[in-house]
Amino acid sequence: MADKRNEKNKIEPWRDPHAKPYIQIDNITKKFGDFVAVNNVSLKIYQGEIFCLLGGSGCGKSTLLRMLAGFETPTAGGITLDGQDMAGIPPYERPVNMMFQSYALFPHMTVEKNVAFGLEQEGLTKAEIAARVSDMLERVKLGQFARRKPHQLSGGQRQRVALARSLVKRPKLLLLDEPLGALDRKLREHTQFELINIQEDLGVTFIVVTHDQEEAMTLASRIAVMNRGEIVQIGTPTEIYEFPTTKFVADFIGSVNMFEGRLIEDLPDRVRIQSGELGGVIFVDHGISSAPGITVWAAIRPEKIDIQRTPPADARENCVRGVVTEIAYMGDMSVYLVRIDSGKVVRVTLPNIERLSDDERIQWDETVYLSWHPGSPVIVTQ
Amino acid sequence: MSTRGTALDKPPGSGRVGPLWELFFRFGPPRWSEYIRRNWAGQRLVIAVPYLWLIVFFLVPFLIVLKISFAEFEPFGTPPYAPILRWLEDGAVQVKLLFGSYSYLLHEPLYVSAWLYSIKVALVSTLLCLLLAYPMAYAIARSSPTRRNVLLMLVILPFWTSFLLRVYAWIGLLKNDGVINNVLQWLGIIDEPVVMMNTSLAVYIGIVYSYLPFMILPLYANLEKHDLTLLEAAQDLGAGPVRSFLRITLPLSVPGVIAGSLLVFIPAVGEYVIPSLLGSSDQLMIAGLLSDEFNLNHDWPRACAVAIAMLLLLVGPMMIYQHFQNRELKVGRR
Repeated sequence: MADKRNEKNKIEPWRDPHAKPYIQIDNITKKFGDFVAVNNVSLKIYQGEIFCLLGGSGCGKSTLLRMLAGFETPTAGGITLDGQDMAGIPPYERPVNMMFQSYALFPHMTVEKNVAFGLEQEGLTKAEIAARVSDMLERVKLGQFARRKPHQLSGGQRQRVALARSLVKRPKLLLLDEPLGALDRKLREHTQFELINIQEDLGVTFIVVTHDQEEAMTLASRIAVMNRGEIVQIGTPTEIYEFPTTKFVADFIGSVNMFEGRLIEDLPDRVRIQSGELGGVIFVDHGISSAPGITVWAAIRPEKIDIQRTPPADARENCVRGVVTEIAYMGDMSVYLVRIDSGKVVRVTLPNIERLSDDERIQWDETVYLSWHPGSPVIVTQ
Repeated sequence: MSTRGTALDKPPGSGRVGPLWELFFRFGPPRWSEYIRRNWAGQRLVIAVPYLWLIVFFLVPFLIVLKISFAEFEPFGTPPYAPILRWLEDGAVQVKLLFGSYSYLLHEPLYVSAWLYSIKVALVSTLLCLLLAYPMAYAIARSSPTRRNVLLMLVILPFWTSFLLRVYAWIGLLKNDGVINNVLQWLGIIDEPVVMMNTSLAVYIGIVYSYLPFMILPLYANLEKHDLTLLEAAQDLGAGPVRSFLRITLPLSVPGVIAGSLLVFIPAVGEYVIPSLLGSSDQLMIAGLLSDEFNLNHDWPRACAVAIAMLLLLVGPMMIYQHFQNRELKVGRR
């Protein structure tokens, strides 16, 4: 049992209270004039993590990344990397490298020269530089493109050059700014897994900035969701998706049906919410420890709602009637928009496990019953 | 079939236009008349305007000058050269091409020294312009947009006064009892006025002052386009500000450096006004010699030979530059 716990702590060091953080960000704030880009953010990131900063544009995630790289000076607060205070250290002396969103490859240098640039600044011998460059180019499968210039490469190849260039210096920390943003969908998926493999191979700690939740979910060991310069929630992808702590997070990650209601029963093992928006009672089989009578929101994911033609047997709670207004067939699943009796439109997704004939499939304007398991809703208070 | 070969598309009497036109109507692009109007006639017309301009105002005068340069000097003729083509009495044509003017250029020490001096002045001035203009262009390119416009305005502003007037103004500054000597004497730095007028120094000052904007503007145009994240990337990879400049900014600005250098070097080699107003009379630049040959000696053939030789000298570096630029473009397109 103890062994298992230790192992788990090794994979998930943030659960271990004794683990030493590799990067510690303490109460960092950055202001541009009156505008507060990053507001009092504190983070502990552990060695070997792929940590994602996720948020919409202007949420401060890029500013935070630039402060880690040394391009911006914090207005207040500090950053410690591997026990070393980063204050006042210019970007060219930090053991940190960055992969830029635009890749920022040097257009007048070949792939080889681009990758070698960082090593040349360290004053290594020519032979050592050549060996490390070719090793890195093999790793990102660009060996035969070594003598090309960046404009002779495809987008995916450029992305790998940028990755090789930032990794070849063996940084303690690699910062990635929207690393997959410029790639098309198929290539992204492939590259995501490649990125994870390389990270595991080299054991470098990654901090990834992205606005794309899918990118964050597949890459990250942990995600910090940011909004208006503040961190709203930190957790593993599962925690962020299944147990969002605020309306913002629930809404930002994936899609969600949000029902406003009043807490009418609050016990340690169950909660009841009277929701006008739903036109009924939501029963939840876990407590939230909060004062009865307050306004709360129940968030239910579209895939956790069942859609049926007949009302379920025990239909007094967690069940609502509606009419199908829209159906979108996506191949792997179908999305149904159902207008429930209260007038609210609820989003439901069903996986297309079987091939159904048109008669069997639920059609437009059909009256349907929506129901869900009492464990499915997440209650948030703000 | 409905779009090709209709009556409108064919010229009148197209039944008998011959096999080639028939083939064109059958296999040529549909609606060929429209096609030509759009893609052929319009394009040619637009290109024809600058071509016509160049032919009338450059090629024709050039050919006239070229012709005169091969003619024989006739000191008392009007014009002072013998015609090249002459109809003889028995109906034959006599063509008399003389290369004497050209060989004279290569053998006369006065000409050789004027050539070398012109090239030296142009090279040094270009270098000085580059050293002065680079930091200025860099500063303009990196300043805020509002300030940038003001600074660019200041660079262009001297063009609003006459070039001749500005060169004359330098006489007032450089002469023995001019502004500079007076101020230095008043400050007690010098006792005797420093002779600056009619020296090479004055020529350098005049040329650098006059042509500096031609160096700043192409450099600015280049530096302003640089992607600043490249510098961040260089810093991130461990290069300090100086190294980032030397390895990223400088190599990327080479096209601007070349363009600016050509814009300064070419007119500086042939500069006439500045050396004749500010320079000494014992060290002539090539344009001064040309003018003397033309106006004082009335030796048109020799003056024309000087002009042609100057042109060839300047076209050489231009062609080399063009060649490299084309190669760069071809690589860029691949």
